Amino acid sequence: MLTRGEGWRHKPLGARFQVMVFAALLLAACSVSTNKEGGASDDATSKELTVFAAASLTAPLEELGREFTRLHPSVKMTFNFAGSDRLRMQLEQGARADVFASANELEMLKAKAGGLLASSPQVFARNRLVLITPRDNPGNVNRLQDLARSGLKLITTGKNTPVGAYTFQALEKMGEDPLFGADFKELVLANVVSEETNVKAIVGKVQMGEADAGIVYASDVTPGLKPKVETIPIPDRYNAIAIYPIAALSTAQFPAVASQFIDYILSDPGQAILAGHNFIRSR
Amino acid sequence: MLWALAPLLFLSVPLLAIVVQAMASGTLIEHLASPMVTTALGLSAVTTITTLLLSVLLGTPLAYLLARRRFPGHNLVDALVDLPIVVPPVVAGVALLTIFGRRGLLGQFLAGAGLEVAFTTLAVILAQTFVAAPFYIRAAKLGFQGVDPMLERVSTTLGVSDMATFRRITLPLALPSLLSGCVMTWARAMGEFGATIMFAGNLRGRTQTMPLAIYSALESDLGSALALAVILIIASFGILWLFRRFTVDRGNPYA
Repeated sequence: MLTRGEGWRHKPLGARFQVMVFAALLLAACSVSTNKEGGASDDATSKELTVFAAASLTAPLEELGREFTRLHPSVKMTFNFAGSDRLRMQLEQGARADVFASANELEMLKAKAGGLLASSPQVFARNRLVLITPRDNPGNVNRLQDLARSGLKLITTGKNTPVGAYTFQALEKMGEDPLFGADFKELVLANVVSEETNVKAIVGKVQMGEADAGIVYASDVTPGLKPKVETIPIPDRYNAIAIYPIAALSTAQFPAVASQFIDYILSDPGQAILAGHNFIRSR
Repeated sequence: MLWALAPLLFLSVPLLAIVVQAMASGTLIEHLASPMVTTALGLSAVTTITTLLLSVLLGTPLAYLLARRRFPGHNLVDALVDLPIVVPPVVAGVALLTIFGRRGLLGQFLAGAGLEVAFTTLAVILAQTFVAAPFYIRAAKLGFQGVDPMLERVSTTLGVSDMATFRRITLPLALPSLLSGCVMTWARAMGEFGATIMFAGNLRGRTQTMPLAIYSALESDLGSALALAVILIIASFGILWLFRRFTVDRGNPYA
C-alpha cells in the first residue's frame, strides 16, 4: 500500500470507478439469488426438489434421485446429506426443504413436534450395524470382544446422531451377555478417540487407516469400500435395527412432487434400489 | 467521514445478536460452569498459546530472511508461506494426515517408534500452527521490511553484534507489526476447526477445542452451542481489546 512516506505519485482509483465496480458486484450477487426464486415460480417446466437426508442414505438416494429424474425430467433434485440430528436442527432454524429422510424415528418425532412435517412419516428402509476395520487391521480386531482391549483407537459419532445412538444400544446388548462382561460398554467407550458428526466420517477415518475400528451401517460397506476394509458382522441378538422414516415437509415448494418422490421410494423399483445398496426393504 | 463505520454493523451485529439471545435465555450462567465449556476453554487456551509461541519461534527467522535477502526461489518461498492461508482448512487436515497419519510419510516411522500424532493434543497444535503461522510470518516480514537496513548496518559498524542489533534496533522498530501478526495468528488458531476435526478428531479434554465444542453442541441443543459461542466471542473480544489497549499503535508515524 502506498503511504505518504513512499511518494504519492499516482492518483488513487477514481471514486466513480469504484462505485461502478461495487454496483457491478451487487448486481451480480442479486442475479444469483433471484435466479433460484424466478426458476421456481415462472418456469413451469423446472421443479427443484430439496431433500434433507441422513448421511448413510447418500448412495441409494442419489441413485433414486437419478431414476426419479429420468421418470420426471422436469424435476431437479438437490440433496443435503448430514447427520439426521443436524438436519433436523437446520430445519428447525428455518432451512427450507421438501423432504426429510432420517436414520431414526427420534429425529423424525422431533421434527413432527416442531411442526415441520406436512404428512405422516412412513418407514421406507431399515439397516443393521457392522464393525469395520482397515484392511491391514492395525489394531488386530477380529472379534467384537476385541473392542474392549485397551489402547485401541475407535471412532464413533456423538450419541445424538442416529448411528451413535444405535451403537450405544448394541454395546449395551453385548454388555448384557456374559461373553462380553458387564463393563464392556465403558471399556469400549474409553477407546474412542474422536466423536464425528456423521457415519460417513467414521467410514472415512477407518478407510484411511487412522482408526483401528468403527461401527457403521451395513449399507456403508459399498462395493467401493469393500476392498479397503475388513467387515465383521454383528449378530442380530446384539444388533440395533435402524429404522428410516421419510416425510414431506410443510415448507415444500412442490408438495405433489415431494409426495411422488416418497411414493417412488416406497414402490417396488425404489425398494429394490435400496436393497441393492444393502438396506433392508420396508416393503 | 463517520459513514465509513457502516460496514462495522455487518461485522458486529450478528455476533452481538448471539450474545443478546444467549443472555435473554437466562441459562448462560449455568452453561458457563459446565464441564464441556470449561474443558474446551482450557484446551483452546493452552493450544492457541503454544501455537503462538511455536509460530513466533519458527516464523521470526524465516520472516527476517524473506525481508532482508533476495535469494533464488524467494518468490516461491513467499507463495509457499502464504499457501496454508488459501487452502481450505479441511484440506489442510487431510494434508497433515498424509504426512503425520498412521500411514503417512513421516507418520509410519513415528508409529513404529510408538509415537502416534493423530487424535492427540499435539495434533491440535500442529493443525493450528499450520493454518495460523503464515499470518505471523507475513506480518513479521512486512515489519522487518519497514526497518531501514541502514540502521542495522550503522549498528554493526559501531561494533554491536548481529544478535544484539536485532534485539535492540530491528525488533523494537518492527514490534507493532510483530504484535499485530501475533494477534492474527492467535485469533486464527482460536477459530480453527476444519483441520482440527480432520487431523486431531473431536474428543472432550483431548482435542475438543471451543469451535469443535460449539459444533458438537449444535447436535444436542442450540442453547448450549449459543452459550459456548458467547463465551468464545466475549473471551476473544476481551483479549483483542486488552491487546489494543496496552500496545500503543506506533504504526503510522504521520498520524
